[in-house]
Amino acid sequence: MKAPPFRYARPRTLDAALQLLAKGGGEARLLAGGQSLVPALNMRLLEPTLLIDINGLDELNGISESRSGVRIGALTRQAVLGASDIVARRAPLLTTAVPFIAHEAIRNRGTFGGSLVQADPAAELPACVVALDAQLEIAGPRGRRCVAARDFFKGVYETALARDEILVAAEIPAQRGVTLFLELARRQGDYAIAGLAGWAALQHGWIAEARLVFFGTDIRAVEAKTASAALPTSLEAAIAALDRDLMPVADINASAAMKRHLAGALLRRACAKVMARAA
Amino acid sequence: MSETVAIRLIVNGTTVERGVQPRLNLVDFLRDELGLTGTHWSCEHGACGACTVRVDGEIVRGCLIFAAQLDGATVETIEGLTESGALAELQAAFHARNAVQCGFCTAGMLLTADALLRREPDPTRETIRAALSANYCRCTGYHAIVDAVADAARERAKRP
Repeated sequence: MKAPPFRYARPRTLDAALQLLAKGGGEARLLAGGQSLVPALNMRLLEPTLLIDINGLDELNGISESRSGVRIGALTRQAVLGASDIVARRAPLLTTAVPFIAHEAIRNRGTFGGSLVQADPAAELPACVVALDAQLEIAGPRGRRCVAARDFFKGVYETALARDEILVAAEIPAQRGVTLFLELARRQGDYAIAGLAGWAALQHGWIAEARLVFFGTDIRAVEAKTASAALPTSLEAAIAALDRDLMPVADINASAAMKRHLAGALLRRACAKVMARAA
Repeated sequence: MSETVAIRLIVNGTTVERGVQPRLNLVDFLRDELGLTGTHWSCEHGACGACTVRVDGEIVRGCLIFAAQLDGATVETIEGLTESGALAELQAAFHARNAVQCGFCTAGMLLTADALLRREPDPTRETIRAALSANYCRCTGYHAIVDAVADAARERAKRP
C-alpha cells in the first residue's frame, strides 16, 4: 500500500525540529532513515499528520573519537557505522554486528539512532549499546539529558525517550576484551530469532570477565547479569543461569522454550569461538 | 493536505523540477511522473528489493524514501545505468546464464549485484548469495543469478 497523506517539514536546526515536534503533539513523527517508519506508513499502521525530516541536521551526524571511547551521532547511517575505522578500533562489537542488520540497501539509509529508538527486541544495535555501556544523549524542550543504554529500552518498541525528545548521540566507552556476537535468523538479513552481543576479557586461557546481552529472546535486549558473573567459573553454570536472566517470549519463529534453548546454544558457540581464536 | 513540496534533482543525468505530494514515494515518482517504468514496485515495505535504485551513488529501497526528501539528490535507475554501460557485463551474463524469467526482479537484482561488485570485485558464491538475499526472485530459484554474477565479476576484472 501507499503511505497516508501527511504534511512534510525539513527543519535546519535541532531547535527547530524540537519546536515542530512539540507543536505537533502526538500527531508528528520524526523521519530519519525511514527504514522502519516508512513500512509502517505504507502498511497504514501509523497515520501521523506531520513528518519532520531530520536528515538535514548535521549536528546529529558523524562519528568522532573521544577521550574515553567513541561518540556516534544518531543520524549516522548504519553503512557508515559499519565501515568506520574509529568504530572498529573503539567499539568493534558494532563493526561485527552491522552486516547482520537487514541488507546493504537498507543500511545505506537506516540510521544508528533510528534503530535504537525503534527498539525492536530482535534488533542488533540496541543489544550492542547495552553491552557497551553506552550513554545516550537526548535533547528535549527541557534541555539535554543522558540515559544509560541499559535503562533506555523498556519493552517492545518502547524506550525512555519522551514524545517531544530527540536522540542526539551515543557516547560509548572503549570496548574491553574480545567481541562476542552471534545470531540465529532464518535467512540472511532477517531479524534474529535469538542473538548474543557482548565481550569477554581473557586471562590464563579462559574468560575472566564477560558482558552478555541477548536479543530476540525477551521483550527487549537483556543483560544476562547472572550468566555473565558465572561464566568465568563455568560455562555450564552460565548457561543454567540464563533461566534467571531471561524471560523468553514466543514469537512467529519460535516458542519461549526454544528461545531459551537457543540462548544457551549461542553462549556455548560464542565461547568456543573465542577460545578457538585465543588458542 | 494538498500542499506540494518543490524538488529539484538529477535523474539519470537530467535535471528534473517538480512539485510533489509528500506521500509520493520515489518509485511512484519515477514511474508515474517521469515515465521510468524499469523500476518496479511490489511489497512496498522494503522486503522484496524490486524497487532498488541508486541515490547519491548508493543503492536504496525506492519504496522507503519519499520524493520530497530528494531535493538536491542524484538518482540513477536501470534506464540510466543501462545507457551508460555501467551494468553491461552483468546484463550480458544474466542473458547468457538465463538468469531472467519473468524479469520483474531483474532491475533490482542488477543494481544489488552491481553494488556488491563495486564493493567486492571478486566475491565468493556465498558472498553473492548473501548480497542477493536482499532481493526476491520467484522464478529462477537464484542459481542462475548467482552464476551470472560470478561470471560478470570475472568479465569486469578484464576491464582496462
